[in-house]
Amino acid sequence: MSAHAEEHFAGSNKLFISIWIWLLVLTGIEVFLAYKPMPIHYMLTILMGLSIIKAALIVAYFMHLKFERLSLVLTVVPMLVTCICLFFVFFPDSFRSSGLRYKFKEQPPVPAESPENP
Amino acid sequence: MSTEARAETFTAADWGGGVLPYRVGHRKLGMWLFIVSDSLTFSALLIGYSYLRASNNWPTPFPFYPSIVFATVMTFCLLSSSLTMVFGVSASSRGDKAGARKWILSTIFFGVAFIVLHLIEWNHLITEGLRPFFLPEHWVKVFTASDGTPPTPLFGATFFAITGLHMFHVATGAVYLSVVAARVKKLKHEDVEISGLYWHFVDLVWMFVFPLIYILSVDVGGHLAK
Repeated sequence: MSAHAEEHFAGSNKLFISIWIWLLVLTGIEVFLAYKPMPIHYMLTILMGLSIIKAALIVAYFMHLKFERLSLVLTVVPMLVTCICLFFVFFPDSFRSSGLRYKFKEQPPVPAESPENP
Repeated sequence: MSTEARAETFTAADWGGGVLPYRVGHRKLGMWLFIVSDSLTFSALLIGYSYLRASNNWPTPFPFYPSIVFATVMTFCLLSSSLTMVFGVSASSRGDKAGARKWILSTIFFGVAFIVLHLIEWNHLITEGLRPFFLPEHWVKVFTASDGTPPTPLFGATFFAITGLHMFHVATGAVYLSVVAARVKKLKHEDVEISGLYWHFVDLVWMFVFPLIYILSVDVGGHLAK
């Protein structure tokens, strides 16, 4: 079978325009949320949720993955998601190092020279 | 036929040679694999940024105008460029090479608009005094925490590295699409589709850079303006 035997490109212009409008609406919601007072972890969760929805719309429709073979989807997506999730292993260290930071008001200033560390 | 026997036939048919198991050409598969590896590059950068942000006093300096307005218009440009690109690929699949060229040129226009707006936005921040390892003095005064912890100077490093690498991808994409537009009559449809994949990926990355870098660093109380 030739690599370019099938040149049918699924999806109508109407569908792509509706996806574009959805992406713009979700972006508008993100900007609106930026000015809503709420705890940072709520904000982060909502923003990342919206971003994942936007990314999924782009990958599925604009990048056409929805219309590709399932074997290609299963080759590309799960290992990427797994690798990205593995990055999260660093965060406990990040929170810990935040607690180790020098406390400006609670601790005296470090002397320029001390007898132990000339 | 048992399920196992069916599976065997299916596997043999797909992986026994002589066919394309994914039903895509090797170049398109190569672009998908490149996109996966580049996704990991950007993921690593954004996770590194989040790591630093969680362990430091992070400044939130972006005012509604110019930063957020510019970043939102830039998002509009990239999303619109993806729409014009998908129209270009669609035209190419119908064999309408002139139409494909027209839509790809529109995509390049939106991409260049994104870069110009981003450079103006960079210029605002650089004029204000932001550098990769230094914050403007008035930012340090405003964003020093109540316990005396100063804001981290790494803000500039993460901002310029992540948005700079993304801008480089957009610029590379604009050059790539220019070549595709110039040679569209000689290229196969799959080549146009592959360039589209790259362009949509650049758009996709911005969908994470925009909220993480801009939206989460909005100066909500207008502290810097006071």
